Amino acid sequence: MEELKTTALKEEEFTKRIDMNVWKKLFAYAWKHKRVLISSCAIMAIVGLIDLIYPQLTRYAIDNIIADGSEAGLAKLPMFAVFYFLMIIIQGFGVWFFVSHNGKLEMLISYDIRQDAFKKLQQLSFSYYDKTAVGNIMSRMVSDIPRLSEMISWAVTDLLWSSVFIIGCLIMLLVTNWKLALVVLVVFPPIAVICVYFQRKILKEHRVVRKQNSIITGAFNEAITGAVTTKTLVREERNNMEFEAEAGRMKKASIRAAMFSAMFTPIVMTLGSIGTAIALYAGGRTVIAPTIFGASMTIGVLSTFISYTNSLFDPIQQLAGILAEMQSAQASAERVISLIEAKSDITDTDEVIEKYGDCFEPKRENWESITGEVEFRNVSFSYKDGEKVLTDFNLHVRCGETIALVGETGAGKSTIVNLVCRFYEPTEGEVLIDGVDYRERSQLWLQSRLGYVLQSPHLFSGSIADNIRYARPEASDDEVREAARLVHADTFIDKLEKGYATEVGEGGVRLSTGQKQLISFARVILADPRIFVLDEATSSIDTETEMLIQDAIKTVLENRTSFIVAHRLSTIRSADRILVIRGGKITEAGTHSELLALKGYYYNLYTTQFTESNTHRLLDNK
Amino acid sequence: MKKTEKTKNRKINKKLIGEFMMGAKKHLVLGVIAIIIAAISVYIIPLITSFTVDYVLIEYAEIGYTGGMTVAPWLERIIDSFGGRAFLTEHLYIMGILLVLMTGVNAFAAYMRRTQISRGAEKMCYNMRMRMYSHLVDMPYDYFKHVSSGDIVQRCSSDIGTIGRFVSNQLLEIVRTACMIIIAAVFMFSMNVKLSLYSVIIMPPLVIISFVYFRYAKKYFTAADEAEGVLSDDIQENVSGMRVVRAFGQQKRELDSFTEKNRDFSKKTYKLTQLMALFWGITDSIGYTQIAITLCASIVLVIKKEITVGELMVFTSYSSLLVWPARQLGRILADLGKASVSLGRLDEVLSVPAESEPGLALTPEIKGNIEFRHVSFGYEDGQDVLRDISFTAHKGETVAILGSTGSGKSSLVQLLQRLYTCREGEILIDGVNVNDIERHHLRRNVGIVLQEPFLYSRTIMENIKITNPGASDDEAYGAAAVAAIHEAIKEFENGYETVVGERGVTLSGGQKQRVAIARMLMQKAPIIVLDDSMSAVDTETDAAIRDALAARGQDCTTFIISHRITTLCRADKILVLENGMLVQEGTHEQLLAEDGLYKRIADIQNLLEAELETTSEGGNN
Repeated sequence: MEELKTTALKEEEFTKRIDMNVWKKLFAYAWKHKRVLISSCAIMAIVGLIDLIYPQLTRYAIDNIIADGSEAGLAKLPMFAVFYFLMIIIQGFGVWFFVSHNGKLEMLISYDIRQDAFKKLQQLSFSYYDKTAVGNIMSRMVSDIPRLSEMISWAVTDLLWSSVFIIGCLIMLLVTNWKLALVVLVVFPPIAVICVYFQRKILKEHRVVRKQNSIITGAFNEAITGAVTTKTLVREERNNMEFEAEAGRMKKASIRAAMFSAMFTPIVMTLGSIGTAIALYAGGRTVIAPTIFGASMTIGVLSTFISYTNSLFDPIQQLAGILAEMQSAQASAERVISLIEAKSDITDTDEVIEKYGDCFEPKRENWESITGEVEFRNVSFSYKDGEKVLTDFNLHVRCGETIALVGETGAGKSTIVNLVCRFYEPTEGEVLIDGVDYRERSQLWLQSRLGYVLQSPHLFSGSIADNIRYARPEASDDEVREAARLVHADTFIDKLEKGYATEVGEGGVRLSTGQKQLISFARVILADPRIFVLDEATSSIDTETEMLIQDAIKTVLENRTSFIVAHRLSTIRSADRILVIRGGKITEAGTHSELLALKGYYYNLYTTQFTESNTHRLLDNK
Repeated sequence: MKKTEKTKNRKINKKLIGEFMMGAKKHLVLGVIAIIIAAISVYIIPLITSFTVDYVLIEYAEIGYTGGMTVAPWLERIIDSFGGRAFLTEHLYIMGILLVLMTGVNAFAAYMRRTQISRGAEKMCYNMRMRMYSHLVDMPYDYFKHVSSGDIVQRCSSDIGTIGRFVSNQLLEIVRTACMIIIAAVFMFSMNVKLSLYSVIIMPPLVIISFVYFRYAKKYFTAADEAEGVLSDDIQENVSGMRVVRAFGQQKRELDSFTEKNRDFSKKTYKLTQLMALFWGITDSIGYTQIAITLCASIVLVIKKEITVGELMVFTSYSSLLVWPARQLGRILADLGKASVSLGRLDEVLSVPAESEPGLALTPEIKGNIEFRHVSFGYEDGQDVLRDISFTAHKGETVAILGSTGSGKSSLVQLLQRLYTCREGEILIDGVNVNDIERHHLRRNVGIVLQEPFLYSRTIMENIKITNPGASDDEAYGAAAVAAIHEAIKEFENGYETVVGERGVTLSGGQKQRVAIARMLMQKAPIIVLDDSMSAVDTETDAAIRDALAARGQDCTTFIISHRITTLCRADKILVLENGMLVQEGTHEQLLAEDGLYKRIADIQNLLEAELETTSEGGNN
């Protein structure tokens, strides 16, 4: 039973180019709330304009109030002050309105994306979950989505803001003195180039840091999970040395990244100051005497001109920043879009949805009842990667029959029960429920009548009663108790301080495996399924659990078509039919005693298991 | 991130800060110097412009322009020495060059400040990482049984990150803000005291608002954080329980419950952004109000001829330089809070004492004669796990241990490596008490294989050679062959170079156990312990490995924990443990003759035969 699984740990992939297709789809989420978006942008523009007005106000004060001399100037001052404060108030409101609207936009976008992603998760087939780790899905939902919605909401307005500001400044510069403006603007193309270059470089360096950081985290993780081994092998000193090297690399990479960031702004500033210097020199010459830039220039105009030149640097850096951020978020964006647009392998046809409804709005009134006859007709199945599991498989199960499937890992047992549940669909052939191909009915039609229990049962956080009631939230307390009694779960529940109201904790951590198992059986009893599937994932189970669930299983199996992927002798032995599955084929079939008489695979399996389980029983009984 | 009350209230450990700062101080000092230079140059840059306009160019001012600047006598003397104002007017480019030069100085200082501060911060992070790592490695075995690895890893990664970021971003910001304010104040007050007072009038309310904002933001932030936790738990549960959701057709209900949580989280983040919006709006208004006040006051003073237009421009630009950094205060406070909590969380780990030497720390040559003398042992919090155990094992003997779950088998062998220390009695190896043997020396001489062995995430070859990286490949092949894993490894695509563990291939339980056996063999220890370490290996391979082990290490004293009779029966001595007590001791034959656990397990084989007989009879009928 030894298998070699490759858990391909994919390094976060980074795309070099910005793929506009992906961003278009994300921006569509912002566009959905265009009222918020547009009003936020409008206010932003106003705030930007007011920012442009401030230097004008100062200029006005210098050129008019002060120039007018003492009396007349002072008379103008109150009006000036009032106007200035008015601008401030408008701007204060503007900033508040803008930030709050942007926050709202961010919230709406992330709400929508999350909602869409979650809906998609409810519909994707298990083949998706087989190849996608829970952690991957979580990181998309928990870190990618907020990151993107923050980016999108602020990027849109920032883009607009920077553009408005830049265009405004440019116009002002050109209006004030177009010739001088053109000369001063010479420094901006190199600034733009440097911005783009540095942002890329910084991103790249940060990637190196992140990669090194994950190595460090991995090392810490290994230090803790492998602590005992490290002690027993006396590896402490060597591990310390190796870690020191990694920590040193981390330090070096971080400093390198910091150096590039540290260089960026100063270089832009210095280049910018060349622009200012040109303005100062050429403008100053024009103040003194006519030059090619004009016949004359007042000092007030010169100082305004200089201040517009200075205000250009910030928005240009900001633009470069947005582009760089989009580039760094490219991978996040791709991951989120790929989740939202993932195609489920198993979908109901439009006609089926029309008649039976989808998984969120089922039309239960149109559903046929299920008696529980199951038939595999010439079923072949292979996984996406081409690995063929079943070929031309045939099996007819009568209503109410209990089928036990035994065989080695990878022989196809789990595939068979997953096909029954329609968690997978046959690649060829068909699975009939009550004589009808199940693809002609909705997934929910079958699955809501299915009792499916895994060996390591999954409970949801909440009380015991909540969990038993999971399939039928409307069930009364008496029904819950009755279900628990039928599987003998009541004995342990009654002993608990809070009884049925006991919180089970996340994933049921506060209960033992055996207790969880009983609750999951009670849950199935309450759902009253027509078809029951028990998938025992592994053979390691303690004696206490075994004793607890033995009777429960019997209760659940009564009058139901059941499929059991079994390792436990007690469950196998009492099955109506035992199928030995090897290489996707039934190699032995019959009752317990029939198969023992064959002295084949089953006989060997049984005798080994017998020794192992009896030894365990002896050792566990203290 | 859950933080216990205890961590929150932990006092900041100053000694620890000093330790982390080792070697980082000089960078931080250089950084602060660079900050001061940068801050001064920032103030000088606007002076150059206004000097040009109001001093150099003032004669050309339009009619009615009331600007003009007086400069300090020493500066005037310098200017006069090479031609005075006229010279500068003639060579106006000098002013341009001066501006670029000064910006260059500023740029260089800004660069130095960032790099020096991050050198300092990174050195601190490095110190913290090293300190945490070496402490973790030295922690007693017991510690790891009680902590969650996720929590510790989080402390070592995100908490260290938080402190590092605080030092590199906020500490710099604090020093810079302080410098700016001081320098601005000095500049401004030296120019005009009255106007300076007008220019800082709004500071006190700004500071108060920052504090208020900090308090509310913390509250809202915690609420949003908790809602996010609830939401992500919900997703986690849904995704990991997807089969159950589908099997009961509960997609709609899951969606409803998710929607509710999503809405709640969105509402709370919205509230937080609303608060932020209010804060930005108010502080922006205050900031500009300050500038307006300065401007209006300057205008009045210019008209009254108390200051020049040039000074007006300097003052307005200074007051904005003063206002905007002050606005950062709220954020700095918040980050300071986070950093001190993080520091407390590191301190909590570091204050757990590491392993120590209770005895003489001898390093005698170890041959493999072992004696347990009335050994009792219990974990700190519980009752005795082992009680009054006495037995001897001679060099080269094989001792098998059988016992029910929780009977203390694993504790017994772990005492041999002094992963724990016994409470009463003593364990002697070649007559020396294990407490007196230096622990690393002891562990090098006792090779142990655990039931669920841990492999490092590196290649199989590196794993096997981990105790002896200098060993030859042939030695490793030999060890792997004894552990019956050589052939299996060769069949892997990359053979011995296959990377295992988290970053590579997942081996099955049996494969891991066998690699661990090979790894232990490379240690060439005179004492070998197999703690149920072939439980996932089938019976035939188990036997093959034992044969190979026996053939290889005739002189090794071997302890085997197992419940397979086929394994147990060949030992020189079998110990049967029950409830921490040694209840039976003897050879296979001796124990078969007694009534007890050993005999009952040996009898299972007979039970099976009886059972098969009845079934086949039943089947025939």
